[in-house]
Amino acid sequence: MQTWSLVSLCVLLGVVVRWGVSLNSYSGAGRPPMFGDYEAQRHWQEVTYNLPVQEWYLNTTDNNLNYWGLDYPPLTAYHSLICAYIAKIINPEWVELHKSRGYESPAHKLFMRATVLVADLLIYIPAVVLYCLYLTDGSAKKKVSTLFCFLLYPGLILIDYGHFQYNGVSLGFALWGVLALGLGWDSLGSMAFCLALNYKQMELYHALPFFCYLLGKCVKLGLMGRGFFLLVRIASTVLVTFALCWLPFLSDPSRALQVVRRIFPVARGLFEDKVANTWCSLNILIKIRSILSSDSQIYLSTACTLLAVLPSSVRLLTKPTFWQFKLALANSSLAFFLFSYQVHEKSILLAALPVCLLLNDLPLVAIYFLQVSTFSMVPLLLKDGLLVPYVVTSLAFLFFGVFLLSALEHCSEEELRLGAYHKLLFCLPKLDMACIVRWKFYISVAVMAGLSFASVALVPPPHLPDLFPVLVSTTAFLHFFGTFLYFNVVQFSGPPSRKSQKKKN
Amino acid sequence: MAAPVVDSWSWFPALALGVSLLKCLFINAYHSTDFEVHRNWLAITHSLPVSRWYHENTSEWTLDYPPLFAWFEFGLSHVAQHFDRNMLLVENLNYDSPATVLFQRLSVIFTDLVFIFAVRECCRCVQEQKGSRDILNRPSFVLAVLLLWNFGLLIVDHIHFQYNGFLFGFLLLSVAKHLQVRPRVYVDLSCRNDDCHIYLYVAPAYGIYLLRSYCFTQDNKDGSISWRSFSPLRLIALGSIVGSVCALSFGPFIAMGQLPQVLSRLFPFKRGLCHAYWAPNIWALYNILDKVLVTLGVRLKLLQEAELPRASMTGGLVQEFQHSVLPSITPSITLVCTLLSILPAAASIWWRPGGARGFLRCLLLCALGSFMFGWHVHEKAILIAILPLSILAVESREDAGIFLVLTTTGHYSLFPLIFTPAELPIKAVLMLMFVIYSFTALRKLHRSETSEHRLHWTGGQYLYFHKSHLKILNHFYIKAAVSSCFR
Repeated sequence: MQTWSLVSLCVLLGVVVRWGVSLNSYSGAGRPPMFGDYEAQRHWQEVTYNLPVQEWYLNTTDNNLNYWGLDYPPLTAYHSLICAYIAKIINPEWVELHKSRGYESPAHKLFMRATVLVADLLIYIPAVVLYCLYLTDGSAKKKVSTLFCFLLYPGLILIDYGHFQYNGVSLGFALWGVLALGLGWDSLGSMAFCLALNYKQMELYHALPFFCYLLGKCVKLGLMGRGFFLLVRIASTVLVTFALCWLPFLSDPSRALQVVRRIFPVARGLFEDKVANTWCSLNILIKIRSILSSDSQIYLSTACTLLAVLPSSVRLLTKPTFWQFKLALANSSLAFFLFSYQVHEKSILLAALPVCLLLNDLPLVAIYFLQVSTFSMVPLLLKDGLLVPYVVTSLAFLFFGVFLLSALEHCSEEELRLGAYHKLLFCLPKLDMACIVRWKFYISVAVMAGLSFASVALVPPPHLPDLFPVLVSTTAFLHFFGTFLYFNVVQFSGPPSRKSQKKKN
Repeated sequence: MAAPVVDSWSWFPALALGVSLLKCLFINAYHSTDFEVHRNWLAITHSLPVSRWYHENTSEWTLDYPPLFAWFEFGLSHVAQHFDRNMLLVENLNYDSPATVLFQRLSVIFTDLVFIFAVRECCRCVQEQKGSRDILNRPSFVLAVLLLWNFGLLIVDHIHFQYNGFLFGFLLLSVAKHLQVRPRVYVDLSCRNDDCHIYLYVAPAYGIYLLRSYCFTQDNKDGSISWRSFSPLRLIALGSIVGSVCALSFGPFIAMGQLPQVLSRLFPFKRGLCHAYWAPNIWALYNILDKVLVTLGVRLKLLQEAELPRASMTGGLVQEFQHSVLPSITPSITLVCTLLSILPAAASIWWRPGGARGFLRCLLLCALGSFMFGWHVHEKAILIAILPLSILAVESREDAGIFLVLTTTGHYSLFPLIFTPAELPIKAVLMLMFVIYSFTALRKLHRSETSEHRLHWTGGQYLYFHKSHLKILNHFYIKAAVSSCFR
């Protein structure tokens, strides 16, 4: 069959799966007074439509910032404004100031879900298709298989179409950035990434690799010659994009500062709820939050994050190739996730995107990590009533990932780039690392299935009410940390050899 | 990428699992009144004694499927009690707790295993060309996708809510056994079609073919009937199998003297010529013609508006009513028309059976003929024609052409069944997927073969005759489908 028909079938199937998930409940459904993220997005449409731009981030009588105040950069606000205009045409009650608080109806749900799908169709999905077709190697069938698995990644589907968010927009823009850089269009890439950054500030997790890659490229071209011009071009693109996005707020510096204060709330603690990063997991053994003052917590997390991200960034700076760039994206986002301040469990999606880019090159590890990332959000998904979609999409992803990408067949030591491990673990007897990885995969899947089942079916003992969320986040943390180390090792190993490339085709 | 092993069937479980997981995503989608119908039947068969099954009418959705299906619901009800006992109370009309919805949806998905098994058997019968071939381009693969991922079955069974997959599984299984030439097995399975009396549509095909090919053990050299080879033993065997299945199914009710009551429930002729949503058949065109004539007559002052009956056929009601200008249609008229329409096919299969594929064509024509001329036909009945046609479509280019037209129009005619806005993207996208796949896959499949090669085994002129017959019916079907859009 021709590639175009296979590609369109994959995209259409991706759309059906997304819409199927969206038939389920969303966050905060029927739970006054605060509801959830769904209500937050609706509220932002109300605020942006009815209030002038200057007041969007200010605490006024008309805009109570304690009730889901805007805490994303301006592009989210503009997107909400566009949606609000459409909502006003369909049914003005949806965005009426104050009166529409907590508005819930089947028609409104349909509208909100449709906005997510439209955003995905315009931004995320085309980027995925173009990436898989033009920036992956292998036969046409392998590219289509990669596309299919990429589109089927459960984490993003469940959060965007279940819980309700617009991660597809920011991740989509970031992916356009990666795509452009991969094709050599550096200015466009920087512009796309700036748009991503101005949509959600968490994209900062990806900022260092973009910076190091582009800087490294400029240095390689010679800072006295072409490199300098490239640098200037990129810098001006970035500045212009930022200026355009922040235009309404630039006239008054205090206004801009208020926006910054809203999007970087440093008054909050080291972590909230149960999240699969170092601090939350460490908290089980040592109560960090009580031992250190909040300032020291900030310094500690900043220091650890910088230390964690340093090796990967320096390596990228010295070797600015696309392969290194992809790995650096994964490493940087994982480092930030594991060690940063005020990390939410949904931020794992920022690490999941770069790993999706590696589906073609390291299928087994990618599928492994992506499944764990979905699993790490189980407590959140259960709270939103998304058990059935979670089970269905996870099973589908695991099965088709392993089946279509032949993940379990392509896991020799060379293909998994485990050679470096032998050098690191020289003191231990020579082990069949590939076999170990396969068995770890099977055991992990069993453990994840067991914990998911336990979270649903079993009641935790009364003295340990958070037993299952803690177990889930700790298990996920261990996997994330292991993957982080692995990707660092791979980034420092040699580039993929020609021989292993040919074998995969 | 590793080269695919030529005989490996690993893609089949992948397709089956994929579609089953997709079905699970529709658990919370819109479901029609058929959901309540089946819940009611679960309640009736579980809570009431057998003698009350066909008399019970607390709910408007009385039991109107044959007894074998009632036994099937009885079996299901024993599992249902572990999900939510309250669904088994007859008084709980329109009860749809989350556990009830989950159970019912899962029961459809689970019983589809019969369908999946039948599809696998059909795929095994499809003729393949030797030599290494891209998996995606194999007839068996294409057939598996066209059947397992059939758009009509997906939306009727897993959104609208019915058990067609389960029932069609038996039909396809008997077809597969015919194709595999296993006499006794297919006779048994043919009788399983007793599960749903909608299969009466295709009963003539089975009856005549079995009589001709099974009871007459040999043919003359030119393929004509050899009266001397008639085997009374086989006729008795055939009769006893059919009789015993009927006895098993209807026996208890005959013993209780309830047969007339059962038959009146199974064949509710009072429901009117057309279903609430018109099936795109001849009578739809007839109704439209009647309406046009009425409008013209009133405009030209040939008719008095006050004298015309008020009843509206398009009111969405299930009822008997009269036509205004043209003569009214009675059930006997439709029966005569149906029999006339399938007569050529039946006669041809008696004269020259043409093997299992000849039988398949006859089955197809009986299904289409009954659909076009039958009384109170449901739109879903077009699936009885579409599914067997898929088997022929992957083997012959001409059949593929007919298949593409029939499925596209047939599936489109099912759109009104799912009318909620939330499910609109699903039905549109699934339809688009099926259309893209069927067109591209069948075109690629038949691009390399010449027509002559494929037609060789069926015997030229009878095949041509069958194909023309099919094309004529198909032509009317399209007209009816298009016109029903304007009702």
